[in-house]
Amino acid sequence: MLQGFVILLGCQLLGEAFVRAFVLPVPGPVVGMVLLAVLMLARMPLPSEVGDVSGGLLKHLSLLFVPAGVGIVQHLGRVGDEGFRILIVLVLSTVVTLAVTAVVFAGVARLMGVAADRGEPETGAVEDEP
Amino acid sequence: MSLVDLWVYLSGGPLLWLTTTLVAYVAADAIFVACGRRPLANPVLIAILMVSAVLVVTGTPFPAYFAGAQFVHFLLGPATVALAVPLVRYLPQVRRLLVPMVVALVVGSVTAIVSAVLLARAFGLDASTARALAPKSATTPIAMGTAEAIGADPALTAVLVILTGIVGAIVVTPLMNALGLTNYAARGFAAGLASHGIGTARAFQVDPLAGTFAGIALGLNGLLTAVLVPILLPFLLK
Repeated sequence: MLQGFVILLGCQLLGEAFVRAFVLPVPGPVVGMVLLAVLMLARMPLPSEVGDVSGGLLKHLSLLFVPAGVGIVQHLGRVGDEGFRILIVLVLSTVVTLAVTAVVFAGVARLMGVAADRGEPETGAVEDEP
Repeated sequence: MSLVDLWVYLSGGPLLWLTTTLVAYVAADAIFVACGRRPLANPVLIAILMVSAVLVVTGTPFPAYFAGAQFVHFLLGPATVALAVPLVRYLPQVRRLLVPMVVALVVGSVTAIVSAVLLARAFGLDASTARALAPKSATTPIAMGTAEAIGADPALTAVLVILTGIVGAIVVTPLMNALGLTNYAARGFAAGLASHGIGTARAFQVDPLAGTFAGIALGLNGLLTAVLVPILLPFLLK
């Protein structure tokens, strides 16, 4: 587990340094993700634990948003008396965005004749659905 | 040691609030499972409400809570890096679906921004609120940076971003089922594009392939939103 964490944190650190050095409008961890992907594709000999630690973190990704979400509750006053209308706008815009994106993706994929099957269930970071 | 002394001691350190966060999440996840994994019983939402209730009842200020919870929050960084692992694992699928991905990215990103601002105007919301809504589908740090660049309130944008994430995570599964979409790459991509990390977390709960595409969408739409919002906003707010 330790070695896996060292790789993840090392990539994040390099990503943060890269973003600061070149003043990019991208979060450091995103650059770290690209770096790790490049290392894996270049067949760098990485400890196999990277897969285990990554699977563990992604399995509980929801948990990691709880502290920020609690912070948001403190700021709910900012939405003020427009609150209800803002919520309606959020819900409608999100539904439209989800639908348009998924329909366009699936439509173009079908036009090109490429299908995407459901991922193999044995690949770790997944909880079974009923 | 009296109960008050004990409370003063515990509430001053990180242990109590770190544990509270984890206990709330474990309980929320158990409720989620007990409800038959119904999307409305979203574990993030339930855990946030439980912790918030505890903070209100005990009169704990947020900074005191965050001193403990920051250890969980910090893991968002390495978790983002960890998205590389499923990305590489599913690279053949990602390659095959590159064209649908790029088209859906551009159309979806524009839809997210335009629909938010136009709906805000249609519902008579303030122009400043409409501005804060524009980058709502991007991941929090990018959305807050974009809000600053267009003269919106970054703190309000952060609230709207998290709410968008929760709304998306709740509606995505029933919506996709209603549309009859069985392409899990498309479903995941939409979840990550429209509702960033919280949508991605939801996608990973359903299917690893969906989660992978959600992670890609989260990264790409973050970048595109930062570019598009300043360009589109002058036309939308005319």
